[in-house]
Amino acid sequence: MTKLDSKIPQGPIADKWTNHKNNIKLVNPANKRLIDVIVVGTGLAGGSAAATLAELGYNVKAFCYQDSPRRAHSIAAQGGINAAKNYQGDGDSTYRLFYDTVKGGDYRSREANVYRLAEVSANIIDQCVAQGVPFARDYGGLLDNRSFGGVQVSRTFYAKGQTGQQLLLGCYSAMSRQIGKGKIKMYNRHEMLDLVIVNGKARGIIARNLVTGEVERHSAHAVVIASGGYGNVFFLSTNAMGSNVSAGWKVHKKGAFFANPCYTQIHPTCIPQHGDQQSKLTLMSESLRNDGRIWVPKKKEDAEAVRAGKLDPTNIAEEDRDYYLERRYPSFGNLVPRDVASRAAKERCDAGYGVGTNETGEAVYLDFSSAIMRYGQEEANVKGYHNASQTQIRELGEKVVEKKYGNLFQMYEKITADNPYKTPMKIYPAVHYTMGGVWVDYNLMTTIPGCYAIGEANFSDHGANRLGASALMQGLADGYFVLPYTIGDYLADDIRTGEISTDLPEFDEAEKAVKDRIDFFMNNKGSKSVDYFHKRLGKVMWNKVGMARNAQGLNEAIAEIKQIREEFWKDVKVPGSAEGINQELEKAGRVADFLELGELFARDALEREESCGGHFREEHSTEEGEAMRDDANYTYVSAWEYKGEPSDAVVHKEPLVYENIELKTRSYK
Amino acid sequence: MSAHKGLNLTLKVWRQKSQKEKGQMETYQVSDISPDSSFLEMMDILNEQLIEEGKEPVVFDHDCREGICGSCSMYINGEAHGPGRGITTCQLHMREFNNGDTIYIEPWRAKAFPVIKDLMVDRSAFDRVMAAGGFVSVNTSGNTQDANAIPIEKQKADEAFDAATCIGCGACVASCKNASAMLFVSAKVSQFALLPQGQVEAKERVQNMVKVMDEEGFGNCSNTGACEVECPKGISLDNIARMNREYLSASIKGE
Repeated sequence: MTKLDSKIPQGPIADKWTNHKNNIKLVNPANKRLIDVIVVGTGLAGGSAAATLAELGYNVKAFCYQDSPRRAHSIAAQGGINAAKNYQGDGDSTYRLFYDTVKGGDYRSREANVYRLAEVSANIIDQCVAQGVPFARDYGGLLDNRSFGGVQVSRTFYAKGQTGQQLLLGCYSAMSRQIGKGKIKMYNRHEMLDLVIVNGKARGIIARNLVTGEVERHSAHAVVIASGGYGNVFFLSTNAMGSNVSAGWKVHKKGAFFANPCYTQIHPTCIPQHGDQQSKLTLMSESLRNDGRIWVPKKKEDAEAVRAGKLDPTNIAEEDRDYYLERRYPSFGNLVPRDVASRAAKERCDAGYGVGTNETGEAVYLDFSSAIMRYGQEEANVKGYHNASQTQIRELGEKVVEKKYGNLFQMYEKITADNPYKTPMKIYPAVHYTMGGVWVDYNLMTTIPGCYAIGEANFSDHGANRLGASALMQGLADGYFVLPYTIGDYLADDIRTGEISTDLPEFDEAEKAVKDRIDFFMNNKGSKSVDYFHKRLGKVMWNKVGMARNAQGLNEAIAEIKQIREEFWKDVKVPGSAEGINQELEKAGRVADFLELGELFARDALEREESCGGHFREEHSTEEGEAMRDDANYTYVSAWEYKGEPSDAVVHKEPLVYENIELKTRSYK
Repeated sequence: MSAHKGLNLTLKVWRQKSQKEKGQMETYQVSDISPDSSFLEMMDILNEQLIEEGKEPVVFDHDCREGICGSCSMYINGEAHGPGRGITTCQLHMREFNNGDTIYIEPWRAKAFPVIKDLMVDRSAFDRVMAAGGFVSVNTSGNTQDANAIPIEKQKADEAFDAATCIGCGACVASCKNASAMLFVSAKVSQFALLPQGQVEAKERVQNMVKVMDEEGFGNCSNTGACEVECPKGISLDNIARMNREYLSASIKGE
C-alpha cells in the first residue's frame, strides 16, 4: 500500500494548484531544446499537450494510428464543453463546477484534481476562441451557452452538434503550426506497441509503422499516453473502430497501475443495434432528452405486437404508455443522469416491455409528439391562429423541433429509415466512455517515473460517472494547462542527460518482444478471424459486465474471458504479411490486450461490493432498484498492479478524502 | 426478426498491393446483406469472407463510422462516397441498393493522393497544406483575453462555423476532374478570414497555403462545382470565391 502517492499539494483546495505551480521546478527555454517528449495519441488531450509542449520549446514526437492527427475520436463529441465562466450570471462558479463534477461522479473522484479541472476550465474557452474556434454565439455577438444533465446552470459552450470536431480542429491547427516549424515531428499511421524503461524511467517506445510494417525505436526523456478510452472491449460501442486500450495496457504491463477499470459509462440514447452484422453504434445527443419523452407500452401484449410489426406505436393510447422515467423519478423525469436512465431502460426491456423491431428486440421510445404539439400551440398563439387544426399545430411544431434538433433527426433517419417527426425514435443504451484508466498522481504521472497519462486514458477526474460535456473539458485541461507545467518538474532533472540512445539493451529487448508477438500472429495458422474472438468477448462483457452486474455473472465472465483468451492464442488467424499494411494484424494486437483487460475489468467489478455511478451491482440496490453506495468500505480508488495473468493482479487502494464536499446519496426522485 | 430480405450483390473492388505495383478490379459476391447494414459493415462481411477463404481482406480507411472523422474514402459507382448527398461512405446504407446490383468500389484517384494499398490512399498532402498556415499564431498561455472581449456578429460566426465543418476527407479532390483542392483549402482560409482572430495573418496565410497546395500537385479550379455536390458536409463554393478574393488582395498588397 505504500507505493501509491497521489502527491496532492497541501493547503486549502482553492490554493493548491497555484501554490503547486509556484513551487515546482522549471526548465529554462535553452534547456527545453535539449529535451524530447513522446506523445501517444492526438485527440484533445494528446493534441493539446503536443502543441503546448512544442510551443514551450520541447522537441515533441507525436504518434497516432490514423492517417492524420485530425481524425482522433475526440472529433465525434457532439454536445459541448463545460466551463465555469458564469457568462449567464446564473450563479455558476469554480466551486459549483467542482461540486457538480464530484457529485455527478458519485463521490469516487479525487477532490484536488477535480477542483483544478474546474479552475482551468475558463482558460480553455479563452484559449479556443483566440485560436479561432467558432463557438455558437447569440445575436449580440457574445458566446452562447446551453444546459446539460445533472446540473442547474447553463455552462456548456458548443458549436452546433459538432463541438468535439471544432475543438479538435483547434488543437490540430495549433499542432500544425508546430509541425510546420519542425518542433513537432508527426508520426501518422504509427502504433505504439511497447514502452521502453531505462533505469526505472520511461525513455521511449517501440512503434510499428503501419504503412511499411517496420518496427521502430523512438526515444525521449518522457512519454505521455493520451490514447483515449477502452470502451471497445465491448466490441460494440460508440467509440471509433480503431479506439483501443493498447498504449495504456502496455504501460500497465510495464509497471503503471490501472485504476477502476469497471467504471464505464453506458449512454442511454443510442440508436439500437440492428443485428449481428453490426460493427459500431451511434450516439444521439443527450440534448434530445430536453424535449423527448421516454416510454414503453404498459401492456406486455402491446410490446409483443410492436415487436412483431403488428402494432404501430402511434396507435397505442396515452393511458397505455408507461413513461417510466417520469414515473420513477418525478423531479428529474427524462433528465436523470446517464447511468440512471440507462439502467431504467434495461429494466423495462428485461421485463418484456422492449419495443425493438430489429433482430435484437431491445429498444425504448424517445417520443417528440408532446413537444411538437406544445411548441406548435405556442407558435399558433404567437401567430394569432386561434382556430388552428391539430394538423396545422403539428406542422408548426415540427418546424420548431426541426430548428432545434434538425441535424440529429436527419442522422437518425439516415441510419434507420424511420421519420422521427412522425413516429417515435427508438433508442437503447450503449457503451460510450470509460472513467477508469491508468492511475496518475496529481502531476498526471503514472507509477512509472517519466510516464504520464492524460485525458480519457487516465482515471482521475470523473469518478464513477462522467457528466455530459466534461470529457472535452478534461482532455483540454490536461493537455493545455496541466501537463505542460507538471512535466517540467520532472524534466528539470534531465537537462544534462542528453539524447537517449536507442541502441541501449532495453530497446533491444522491448523490440524483440514486439517482433516476437508479430511473428507469432503471422505464423499461428489458426482458423478464426480476430473479429470472431472480439465479438465473443464483447457479448460476455455486455451480458455479464454491462449495465447491471452480480457476483455469479462476474465469476462466469472471468472464466469465460479466460477461455476465449486461451482459444484466441491457439486459433486466431491473421492473413497477409507483416510487411506493409495489415489491418488484421493491427486488430489482433488490440484484441489480445482487450482480452486481458476484460478479465481485470470483471475482477474489479466483482471486488467492488457496492453500486456507484456506472458500476451497478444488483446485490447492492434497494427494493426499487436504486443504487446503494457503501462509503464506509469503498471510498477508495482500486489501482491494479500487473503480475502476469489478470487473476494475479494485486490491488492497491488510494483512499479518497473528502474535505470540501460532504458525501451524500444521489437522489433524482 | 427483420422484415427485410437480404441482398445478394456483385462487388467489383480495386485491389492494389502497393503504391509501386499495378492494381486491377477484382470481382466478389456477397449474399444475404441486411438492408439496415451500413456500406462499411457490408465491407466487413466481405473481408470476413475473404479471410475465411484464405485470401487477403480489402484494405480501406475508416474509423469513427459516424461521418465526422473523415477517414472513409470510397469511390462507389463513380461517385465519391457513393449515391446520396451529404453523407460519407460510412453513412451510406445498403437499403440504397437493390438485390442483384453490381457495385464498383475504387479509391480516391488524384496525383496528390497516391494509393497505399487497395482502397487506402495517402492524404498527407492535406496536412502539409495545413502546416503552411491553417492556424492562428497564438500560444497556449492561458493568458489570452477573455473569450467575450470581442463580440463577433452571429452571422459571421455561423458562416465561419459552416466553413470549419470540413472533415478533410478529400472527396472534393476525388470528384474534381482536375483533382483540385480548392474547396478544402478555401474552407480553412474562409473560416479564419471571417473571424477577427484570423485577420492579423490573413495575407501570409492564404499565400502560404496556396503555394503548398500547388507544390503538392493538386490541379487548378475550373469552377465545375463537382466538389460542392459531392462534399459530405456541404461546404459551399462561396468559400473558393472568398479565397480567390483574399489571394488577389494579398498579392496586390503583397510585393
